[in-house]
Amino acid sequence: MSSTANTPMSLPPRSDLAKGSESGIWIALFAITMSFAAFTSALFIRQASTDWTHIAAPRILFASTAVLLLSSVLIEVSRRGFDGKPASQIKEESEGRMLLAATLVLGLAFVGGQYLAWRELAAQGLYLATNPNSSFFYLLTGVHALHVLGGIAALAYLLAVLAARGSVRRNLVNGVVVYWHFMAALWLYLLVVICVRL
Amino acid sequence: MEEALKSQDHAHAPAEGFLRKYVFSLDHKVIGKQYYALALAAVFIGMVLSWLMRFHLVWPNAKIPGLELIAKTGAPGGIITPEYYLSLLTMHGTLMVFFVLTNAPFAGFGNYFLPIQIGAEDMAFPRFNMMSFWTTFVAFVVLVTAFFIPDGPPISGWTAYAPLSAIGKDAGPGLGWGQNLWVISIAIFCIGQLLGSLNFIATTLDLRAKGMTLMRMPISTWAWFITSSIGLLAFAVLLPACLLLLLDRMAGTSFFIPSGLVVSDRLQNHAGGSPLLWQHLFWFFGHPEVYIAILPAVGIVSHVLTNSLRKPLLSAKVIIYSMMSIGFLSWMVWGHHMFVSGMNPFSSLLFSFPTLTITIPATIITLIWLGSLYGANIQITTASFFALGFISMFVSGGVSGFFLAQPSIDIYLHATYFVVGHFHMVMGVAAIFAIFSGTYFWFPKMTGRMMNETLGMLHFWITFVGTYCIFMPFHYLGLVGNVRRYASFVDDFMPALMPVHKFITIAALTTGAAQFIFFFNLIHSRFRGKQATANPWRGTSLEWSIPSPPPWNNFGGDHPVVYHDAHQYGVKGSTGDFVMQTSPEQILNE
Repeated sequence: MSSTANTPMSLPPRSDLAKGSESGIWIALFAITMSFAAFTSALFIRQASTDWTHIAAPRILFASTAVLLLSSVLIEVSRRGFDGKPASQIKEESEGRMLLAATLVLGLAFVGGQYLAWRELAAQGLYLATNPNSSFFYLLTGVHALHVLGGIAALAYLLAVLAARGSVRRNLVNGVVVYWHFMAALWLYLLVVICVRL
Repeated sequence: MEEALKSQDHAHAPAEGFLRKYVFSLDHKVIGKQYYALALAAVFIGMVLSWLMRFHLVWPNAKIPGLELIAKTGAPGGIITPEYYLSLLTMHGTLMVFFVLTNAPFAGFGNYFLPIQIGAEDMAFPRFNMMSFWTTFVAFVVLVTAFFIPDGPPISGWTAYAPLSAIGKDAGPGLGWGQNLWVISIAIFCIGQLLGSLNFIATTLDLRAKGMTLMRMPISTWAWFITSSIGLLAFAVLLPACLLLLLDRMAGTSFFIPSGLVVSDRLQNHAGGSPLLWQHLFWFFGHPEVYIAILPAVGIVSHVLTNSLRKPLLSAKVIIYSMMSIGFLSWMVWGHHMFVSGMNPFSSLLFSFPTLTITIPATIITLIWLGSLYGANIQITTASFFALGFISMFVSGGVSGFFLAQPSIDIYLHATYFVVGHFHMVMGVAAIFAIFSGTYFWFPKMTGRMMNETLGMLHFWITFVGTYCIFMPFHYLGLVGNVRRYASFVDDFMPALMPVHKFITIAALTTGAAQFIFFFNLIHSRFRGKQATANPWRGTSLEWSIPSPPPWNNFGGDHPVVYHDAHQYGVKGSTGDFVMQTSPEQILNE
């Protein structure tokens, strides 16, 4: 290291470390996309079988879709509110914080809606193993709901950090927002698959 | 004040206490060593399993003392049953592919050296990094538990073909809870690898030192970077596949189990599933997995070779581009594992073409290595010999791939020992040679002590000759039609082949025993080896610019600045025939 010890450096102190959380989310989205591509390919191969039928998508799905889309709008408004702040640290901002909390609540409502959809299907006698269509329905909605719960946990973490420290890293917020939007987009895709293919 | 600022920069504080330092460490170097140690444990078990299989094949009625204690039903009286042979086969493959070939060259060396080679203080997400190791460790424990349950380990092979793997205990021993543990273990393993791959990619993209452009990264760093991109997508497919398999086994769904299946005189309560679907999903992961094992090996060997030859390889850039094309093509060839699976024969052609195309970048890489040997002042070290040994294995094993890539020939050879010989040489032993090469090369950096070169050379020659003695005859056996996966060869034309099998078994036991020279060298050198300097091999990359072993924060709180690419050998530098990446001196013709 002796050769570099005297080199003048204009490097900022490892602020790039903070960039990690946002790139990390983008990288994770590739993996999640790949997993759902695998589920979709499995669906396409499986539907060639003679026992493939049709199930009517529970109505509640459309209400939960609206809830999820609204939450996506709210979290975007919240992010833009933070955007105006000059510091790389986002201070406790009551309006932005309220919006994040509202997103979290709507996220929980969405998962609750999915639960009602499962109840509705079960009431029709359609369980996980009843037929391939119901298997894929529970599978796709279940794995997606699990990912949404991950986003809810991240939101709760953000709110907890904001409450405890009064500020949070911008990249962390951006990462969670990107993830949340992706969950909404993924759900729209799954809804199309469910309505058209199942 | 400055010191305080420096330590604040780091992703985590210096470790305090035994648990934080050695067990739940956030330090990428400790985590790298943990992966390596886990791979050593797995390779030891895997090797013993292969001994048991080879022993049983040539002395089917001989008692193996003590085995009945572990496998009461699998080896009553110490004699291996045909079913237990398949259990050994399954566990050998699973341990070796997942816990050795993925763990050591990629997760092990990659964790230790990727951050250092790009000038970072740690991984982008140290906590995820720790989680990824311990997740992998749990996967290992879950898998090995299968040996100790009454059911025993599964018999469906490391590929767990459905419907055999999907039905449950009706299908045979080990297919009840043994198979459940297998699926759960592999699913957990996937999560560990996904976390690890994510970390590798984010680290490479975000944490490179000033001046470390992508093209200035060593070939080894490139290899880990490309491998992690493959791993991120490949394990993201295997994980859903495992979930579907688990649902078929435990929740009564029918993703992989067809209608009207009668097993053990019982009609299975499933309908409409597709066994081929499992093969598609598995091999869509499985073929990229081959490159997850071999690309880090290519990187390590290139890194060691350019150092040993004391000159740059003919073109580092072309090697990097070739690795990228291999990575890209790896997604289009999964069907070549399925030529005899019953899928549409026309699709075989579709998979055969890209498979043959992959040989082009692979050949380019090999020719660059061989061409670089011309006029080189090669250093005689164990590391360089294992690197050359890797090339030998890679070529010998790769050539048989040309034959297998063609459906018409594969139909004859697919179920024979020809395939066993092919993949053991090109993927298994080749990657192991790269692990050895990397170990002898980087041991001084990792421990601050040199390994014993005399023992190293002895280890190399026995392993090199022994490996050819084991795996070359496999090709011959395959050509004459010796089927694989059989527990004994008493029928038909096969007894006549027994002398060849005996030769292979003796070679396997001998070569295996020679690995204890390595184990001894590793442990002895760790405590009694000669003290290593910071740069014992006169290397150029960043790991050689810091003390051996490196301090907890790698660069002592400094931010290294990089002025050259990683392979400035054979030049006139102030320190000799090389210029380090961190040296600001001018190089002519750069």
